[in-house]
Order: sequence, then structure tokens, then C-alpha cells
Amino acid sequence: MDLSFSPEHLAFRDEVRAFILTEMPPHLRAKAEVDAHFEHHEVMEWHRILHRRGWVAPLWPAELGGPGLDATSRFILSEELELANAPALSPFGLAMVGPAIIQYGDDAQKQRFLPKILSGEEVWCQGYSEPNAGSDLASLRTRAERDGDHFIVNGQKTWTTYAQHADWIFCLVRTDPNAKKQSGITFLLIDLKTPGVTVRPFLTIGGTPAFSETFFDNVRVPVANVVGAIDAGWTVAKALLGHERTLIAAVGAIGRTIRTCKQIADAHDLDQDPVVLAKIARLEIRHRALQMTNYRALAGAQLGHAPGPESSILKIRGAELVQQAYELAMELMGHDALAWFPEEGIVPELEAGIASAFCYLRATTIYGGSNEIQKNIIAKHLLGLS
Amino acid sequence: MNFELTEDQRMIVEAAAGFAKRSPVARMRGLRDDAVGWSPEVWQQMAQLGWLGLALPEGVGGSGGTIVDAALLVEQLGMVLAPEPIVTSLVAAHAILAAGNKAQRDAFVAPFVEGRASLALAWAEGPWMRYDRACRAVAVQGDGGWRITGEKRFVLEGHTATHLVVTARLAGVEDSVALFVVDPGMPGVTVRPLRTIDGRRAAHVKLDVVVPEDRRLRGDGKPALDLALDLGAALACAEGVGIMRTVLAMTVEYLRTREQFGVKIGSFQALQHRAVDMFVETELARSLATAAAIRVDGDDATERRLAVSAAKVQLHESGRFVTQQAIQLHGGIGITDEHDVGLFFKRMVALNAIYGDADYHVARFAEGG
Ligand SMILES: Cc1cc2nc3c(=O)[nH]c(=O)nc-3n(C[C@H](O)[C@H](O)[C@H](O)COP(=O)(O)OP(=O)(O)OC[C@H]3O[C@@H](n4cnc5c(N)ncnc54)[C@H](O)[C@@H]3O)c2cc1C
Repeated sequence: MDLSFSPEHLAFRDEVRAFILTEMPPHLRAKAEVDAHFEHHEVMEWHRILHRRGWVAPLWPAELGGPGLDATSRFILSEELELANAPALSPFGLAMVGPAIIQYGDDAQKQRFLPKILSGEEVWCQGYSEPNAGSDLASLRTRAERDGDHFIVNGQKTWTTYAQHADWIFCLVRTDPNAKKQSGITFLLIDLKTPGVTVRPFLTIGGTPAFSETFFDNVRVPVANVVGAIDAGWTVAKALLGHERTLIAAVGAIGRTIRTCKQIADAHDLDQDPVVLAKIARLEIRHRALQMTNYRALAGAQLGHAPGPESSILKIRGAELVQQAYELAMELMGHDALAWFPEEGIVPELEAGIASAFCYLRATTIYGGSNEIQKNIIAKHLLGLS
Repeated sequence: MNFELTEDQRMIVEAAAGFAKRSPVARMRGLRDDAVGWSPEVWQQMAQLGWLGLALPEGVGGSGGTIVDAALLVEQLGMVLAPEPIVTSLVAAHAILAAGNKAQRDAFVAPFVEGRASLALAWAEGPWMRYDRACRAVAVQGDGGWRITGEKRFVLEGHTATHLVVTARLAGVEDSVALFVVDPGMPGVTVRPLRTIDGRRAAHVKLDVVVPEDRRLRGDGKPALDLALDLGAALACAEGVGIMRTVLAMTVEYLRTREQFGVKIGSFQALQHRAVDMFVETELARSLATAAAIRVDGDDATERRLAVSAAKVQLHESGRFVTQQAIQLHGGIGITDEHDVGLFFKRMVALNAIYGDADYHVARFAEGG
């Protein structure tokens, strides 16, 4: 056993840090330093910068445009980017539909879609959830009926994050209404410009339009856009859930928010206050526990073990700690926590976006499989309780 | 011990509940983007119902009721997030009652009772104010009266207040707190409105103003400020209880109706237990909120401070848990701006930040009040 990174990995970490330092444009850095919200075009600007360096899709195989990094280096890359508060790239293309196409797509699909995901020319969103199919995803009702070499899609998806910025959506649709639940579902790629698609963005409790409802009214989609086999979409979806991205538990983002807490304490003359110091220390200790657990999982991945249900541990704790870190930031802000989208000069710049993020991030324990669902998974598959 | 409501109190609750029915959360939602943020028309109705003077003596036109009466009202108003500045006005009114003379009570408190004025207490300054109520704003006596210079931050509902009760240190008197009544229209007063997380408004107030002698409240400012802020904290706890009871009811109703996996999600024991935890927290907070309101009415300042601090800390713990879990159990829809649960959540965040946050009250409790 050994707690340190190898010299090669340490060198890689330095390389990542140096890259961020030299390549992040000043206007993005200014926002990163105060934890400000990045607009979509700014996220895409950073996407292109990472793409030029070959680091935009760490999970992809080298022959399809990935950087060919080992698991630990991938983790280091992600942790350092989060620590630097670089714009978080949209995961839907790079970490979800991209890997799905790589694993289950045909050659035509690979050629058609992968390069534009890498370059950022085409932006993706995820159409799984429906008003009545959330935790129970397999009860989804959006239908796709065969009409020659097309499907006709009807139904509604909801909570579609950033659909308003996306060009394409990957959906789970029901192709066999008579099959039971998980069977009869197909993984389908839909161009959002197709007639009959309507995207209605709405506000979150953070006051930002982060997600949308997406409606399908007789939308014609080529059968060629099915990934994997017809009626076998659940297999594709499940493979995505067990993917390595689940091994990355927002460790960097939490660390960065802890750093923000320290800066806020400093700005409020609380950096010597023993109560405040103890609170921050407690959070840091929980963060370390998560980080070390994440390292253990990664070390396993490095040896080629597939990520199992223990990735649920990371999801549960990571989601909670993100929330706790923002709760602490809000506490440290005192009255400043009241300010909502303040004009300049009302509160220190560093604090201006915290309240909105704090509210929005109540979602971390809900999306991507709620914490309750993750606990059900652990109870059943790790502890053998059912 | 007796926790039963009197006949009068039952009537207050009934009337307030009736108002709440006619004034759902949608009303507050509609006022979020309004420059005023509350309804002058509803303010008039509240005056006519006798609510503004509920916890004020008959001498200023009030009905001479107790803080418990006011807390019962505020709890009901909290259930629909009514945004009218009752609590902020009452807090300032009690500072005037505690430190002002008869003429000042008549001039500033009586018009509020009649619905012709609203009041705000301008006490908080820099961000370091959490443990320290000392003023940097300073008042110097001169020819025309008192010259007050300084800056007050996050003056709740200060954007619409007719009068501001301002704290300032007397020049040359160490560690002093004096209270002055300042009008926003006076030359040398700038009021900069700002939006707060709960959809309401506050103001940053810059002062370089001269006020006549009769604007100084002659009584000792320190205990008056202390009492006023404790009143605010106790009423924040009452409002918080209203919020917790409401989101608990909303959540239980959702658990009873929402289906996933072919069953009501309320049939999952994990969620039943969570709802029970929410219920337990709500009742604990309710107990301490009631005790705090009773103690604010009493004469023992130490007991009052202990009871208020205990209630405010409990509000922080219970309120945060209950509103957060309400969102959690609603799933994705709880994260939308369109759903009311988020409005309650955000109001609770504000209640926890004002009138002394949990850290302040834990420290005060630890010191014995
Ligand atoms: C900000 C945000 C962004 C999102 N982005 C996307 C997106 O881009 N694409 C997409 O497809 N979806 C997205 N989602 C949807 C998300 O995946 C769902 O919200 C989530 O799966 C929960 O479903 P639901 O909202 O229908 O809640 P429900 O499933 O109705 O759950 C309600 C409550 O019941 C609990 N519960 C449900 N079943 C059980 C059980 N068996 N045992 C115990 N507790 C249970 C849940 O944990 C939750 O607390 C997003 C959600 C949010 C909040």
C-alpha cells in the first residue's frame, strides 16, 4: 500500500496545472476565481481549448480521439480541472452518448457523431426522464412507432438539462408497448431541429434556466439512429450507468468550494475564529474520506476491475458534501447570504453567485439516480438485503 | 403549564387562516418581481383587521395583545409566505417603545398601527456583525441636532419603510448604542434597494444626515436593540414553524399521490421514516418557538435571551432539514422555480440568516444568555 502518486503521475499533475495556468483565457479565469456561473458559450470555448490539447474526452480510446491516459491520470485531470474551477464541460456528449456510441454504435454512427462531439460542433442533451418516469425510469412512455425506415416519436421528456443549447438528444423510447418494462425500450438519437420537437426551458430554484421540457409530436427519426439493437436500449443505458465517470465523485469541486469557504471566512474576519475553523476542518475531513475512498476505487480500476455498486458510495457522499460545502459558505457569508443576483458592490464578488448555486445544488442528491435509489442499490447488491 | 390557546387567540388563528386561504403563495410569487414586493392594499386590510397593532399597547392604538398573539399570526402568514413587512415593522416599533418617549411613540408607532406607515430597523453593518453588534455608524451632537454618518446593510424591507430606526454610536462614548428615527427622504440618506433570496427586498442605507433632537430615542439603546432583535428572532421562529408545517403537509400529500415502480412512493419505508423525521423536527422547533414567544413577553432578560437563542438554533437545524428534505422527496419537480416548495426553502434560508444566525445564538446560549 502506498498513498503517493508515482513520479509519472505527479509529473502529469504538474503538466495539467501548467496547462490550466497558461491556457485558460483571462475572462474565464476571472469568473473561475469568483465561482461565477459560466454561460454556455464560455463552456464551449473551454471545450475547444481542451480539445486542442487532446484532453476533452479522457474516457475515449486513443484511436477515436481520446488522450490514451490511464485511470489515475484521468482522475488527476478531472480533479485538477475542478480544483481550478474550470468551466464544467457538458457530460452528455463526452461522457454519455459518446461512450455509448463507441461501445454499441455502428461504424457509420461513429463517423457521423464522434468527431463533432469532440470538436464541440454538436452539443447533446439527455432525454431519459419523463413526468411519470423518474426513479422508475423503465416505466417511460414516449413511443416510437415504426414507419418504413423511420420511427415516429410521440411523447414528453422532462428535466432535460440544457436542451435549449443542444443540437441533439439521446432518448430512451418505448418501441414495443407489449413487452414488460425494461425490454421494449430503444436508445435513439434525435436531431432537435426535426419538425415536431419543442423545447421549453424553465427556471430552477437557483433562478437559472438549467433544464427544459422536451415535447415530441410525430417526430420522424431514421431507424439508422438507433444505438445498439432495437428493443435493447436498456442494455445501452445500463452500461452508461456503470461507466467509469461514476468513479469521479466531484472530489475536486468539493475541494474548491472548501477553498471558497476559507476565502469567505477571511473576507469576514473569521479566519481566526475557532468555531469557524473547526467547521471548515470537519468538512475537510469528510472531503478527505471521500477522496481516499475515491482513490481506492480508482486503484481498483487501474488494475482493470470494473466499477461496481461501490460507485454508489461515491455518488451518495459526493452529492451530500457538495451541498454541505455550499451550506457552510452560506453560513460564513452571514447577511451577505441574503443577496440574490446582487448588483455590483452589494457583496464581495466572490460571494455573488453562491446563493444561486447553493439552491440549485439541492439537485445533486436527486439527479443521476437519487441518493435513495443509490442506497437501495447498495442494500441489495452489496449488503444482500432485499 | 398551559399551551392551550385562549378564545381570543383562537380567533386570531382563524382569521389569519381565512386570510391565508384568500391569499395563497401565488400572490407572493407574483410580487417577487414587483419593485415594492408587497401589497399596500393588503397592508390596509391588515391594519383594519387590527393585525398591525396586535402586539402593541393601547396607548399607540394597538390592542395590547401579547407576543404570543403576534407569533400565532406570523405563523399563519408564514404558511402562505405573505410578504407584507409586519415583522420588520414590529421589530422597529418595539425599539421605539423601549427607548422612545410618548411623543415619539405617537409620531412613529401609531401611524404604523393605522397602516399609514411601515418601519424598519437599520442596525446591521459590515459582514463582521455576526458576533458583534457594536456600531461603526457614529452620531455627533451639533447645532441643528445630531449628525449621523455611516452605512447600514441588509435593512430588511428598508426600501419601502417610512421611517428607519437607526443605531449609531455616540461620538466619544465608548461602546455606546443610541437609536435615532431617520426618514429615507431626508437629505443625506441614500437607500439602495436589493433583492433577497426569499423574493423580498432589503436596502443598503448610506447616512450623512442631520436629524433634530426629537429624533433621538433617549432611552438606553442597547437593551432596546437587544429586545427588538430578540422579538425579530422569536417571530422568525414562528414564521419558520409555519413554513415547516406547510412543507411537511405538502410532502406527505405528495408521498400519498406520487407513484413510481407501480406503487405510491409513500409506501417506501425509507421515505416514511424521512417524513417522520421531518415531523419530529417540526414539533421540536414548534415547542421552542412557543417558549421563545412567551419569554419575549416576560420581564426576565436572561431567560428571554436563552429561550430565543435556543429557538433560533433549533430553527436553523430543523428548518434546514425539513425544507431540504421536502425538496428531496419531491424529486426533480422540487428543483423547479415553478413549484412552491423552493420558495419555502429559500424563505427558510433567509430566516436563518436574520436576527442572529445559529453561530451567534449558539455562542450567546453558551455564555448563559
Ligand atoms: C437539476 C436536474 C437536472 C436533471 N437533468 C436530467 C437530464 O438532463 N436528463 C434526464 O433524463 N433527467 C434529468 N434529471 C431527472 C432526474 O434524473 C430525476 O429527477 C430523478 O431520476 C428522480 O426522478 P423524479 O424527479 O421523477 O423523482 P421520483 O422518482 O418521483 O422520486 C421522488 C422521491 O422518491 C424517492 N424514491 C423514488 N423511488 C424510491 C424507492 N424505490 N425507494 C426510496 N425512495 C424512492 C426519490 O429518491 C425522491 O426522493 C434531472 C433532474 C434534476 C433535478
